[in-house]
Amino acid sequence: MVEAAAAFLAAIGRTTLNFFAVAGRLTTFAGRSIAASVRPPFYPRLIAAQMVQIGYFSLPVVGLTALFTGMVLALQIFLGSARFNAESAVASIVVIGITRELGPVIAGLMVAGRVGAAIAAEIGTMRVTEQIDALETLSTDPFRYLVAPRLLAAAVTLPVLVLIGDLVGVFGAYLVGVYKLGFSPATYIQNTMDFLETIDVVSGLVKASVFGFLIALMGCYHGYYSRGGAQGVGAATTLAVVSASILLLSADYVMTELFFVQ
Amino acid sequence: MNRLPKSPDLSREAGTPKIRLRGLCKGFGPKRVLDGVDLDVAQGESVVVIGGSGTGKSVLLKCIIGLMRPDAGSVEVDGVEVSGLRGAALDDVRRKFGMLFQGAALFDSLPVWENVAFGLIEGRGMARTEARESALRDLARVGLDEDVAGLSPAELSGGMKKRVGLARAIATKPEILFFDEPTTGLDPIMSDVINDLIVKCTRELGATAVSITHDMASARKIADRVAMLHGGRIVWQGPVADIDRSGSDFVEQFIHGRANGPIHVEAAAR
Ligand SMILES: Nc1ncnc2c1ncn2[C@@H]1O[C@H](COP(=O)(O)OP(=O)(O)OP(=O)(O)O)[C@@H](O)[C@H]1O
Ligand SMILES: [Mg+2]
Repeated sequence: MVEAAAAFLAAIGRTTLNFFAVAGRLTTFAGRSIAASVRPPFYPRLIAAQMVQIGYFSLPVVGLTALFTGMVLALQIFLGSARFNAESAVASIVVIGITRELGPVIAGLMVAGRVGAAIAAEIGTMRVTEQIDALETLSTDPFRYLVAPRLLAAAVTLPVLVLIGDLVGVFGAYLVGVYKLGFSPATYIQNTMDFLETIDVVSGLVKASVFGFLIALMGCYHGYYSRGGAQGVGAATTLAVVSASILLLSADYVMTELFFVQ
Repeated sequence: MNRLPKSPDLSREAGTPKIRLRGLCKGFGPKRVLDGVDLDVAQGESVVVIGGSGTGKSVLLKCIIGLMRPDAGSVEVDGVEVSGLRGAALDDVRRKFGMLFQGAALFDSLPVWENVAFGLIEGRGMARTEARESALRDLARVGLDEDVAGLSPAELSGGMKKRVGLARAIATKPEILFFDEPTTGLDPIMSDVINDLIVKCTRELGATAVSITHDMASARKIADRVAMLHGGRIVWQGPVADIDRSGSDFVEQFIHGRANGPIHVEAAAR
């Protein structure tokens, strides 16, 4: 009985210690990454290459998901608001929903899947094939050379992606509004613009930048600490996507409170 | 921390070794891999470390070059304690080293010439065009021509990768060269080519070399001195000429590749 209790407590203790060990390692990693991102030397060529990888090649995914999100949102809000005769508010609600919330979150989740996984796989492979060791022996800091360009590129390109996604999403909603729900084009656009405030868009873009940072950070972190060959890299990839998605959604809540709850 | 030699003249002649290891220990979890390694490598000398698979030879090199942190013991390079260094101080020490990794560890996102020029461009800040020229010369030294320079590492054979790795290790003209199993997995002729290259490159640079190998032909060719690692310690060391009359059962067994002997007994007992 006593032994069972002791074993139980030991298990809790172990888990707790593990948790703090991981949290500590992650904090250190983030600190080193940020320091490497803001202090020279910078690698403009690598940052540019990553911006293409992360931003440009994510355009189709983000565009398509934004389009369908906008379309379905228009439809759902129309059907829902019909219950209390508020159909005329569709355009305003859709644009606020997209710019504040769905644009950044859906783009963030898609990019987490696409880019977070790719970063973890690439850096993880470099780790298990000793390329990161080789970098260090050649007097190159992997945080500056590998991590910083990815963090910077993701933090800068995600807002651009989200802005494009916002436009595409609103356009999708417009298509449904005009061709399916019978709004006149002029009224729909008018309604869209009337209640939209700068903060709606700006908060979404700030969120996007933070999401980009978190996605790249998780990809780099799990890749950097991966071990044990191809299997380890696979595990790192999964962990990167899962942890980035969870962090992203929780950061989303926190930032929403910071922005909109006084 | 900096144990300065009493007189700079003394340090060269009467022998501050280029690399001096004392009581070096490194474990992973409960497993003790290195358990008190003592080894001196003199300036300009070529030492070959032999030992069975998994005895910690690669770990030994990584502890010296600062890729792994030893649990205990000291690593001195040019008479200066380097274990535990960080940041810029560590970078300064690392500039003295060039390393050929066991799996070559070429950067697969970069073409061959940029791999070779990497230390010059990123580590030393050399202009790309100049570094390319230099890289092409180093590639020529290891017998690879300009056609190879533009290829990606994925397009190379194992032997070519080793040669590119070798070219990368010597590109910055380091004072100390580490070769981790330079000939493993190569055909005998290519092995001999690589051995010759190692001898030639270290001579030309006047570098101090530490190599790891399982291949006794290779050891005889490149070593001035041989040290055998077993059970976390150096169990024998001596001039390469003495290796056939080492008087050590470990060495005897290893160089003749016998299944019976102290090494097997211990492995079975564990
Ligand atoms: N990063 C690591 N984490 C945990 N254990 C490790 C690590 N690196 C090496 N080891 C362990 O240390 C031991 C020695 O490994 P090392 O790679 O130095 O062997 P080696 O002598 O180079 O063998 P080989 O000749 O096969 O290359 C092995 O048992 C290995 O499992
Ligand atoms: Mg090894």
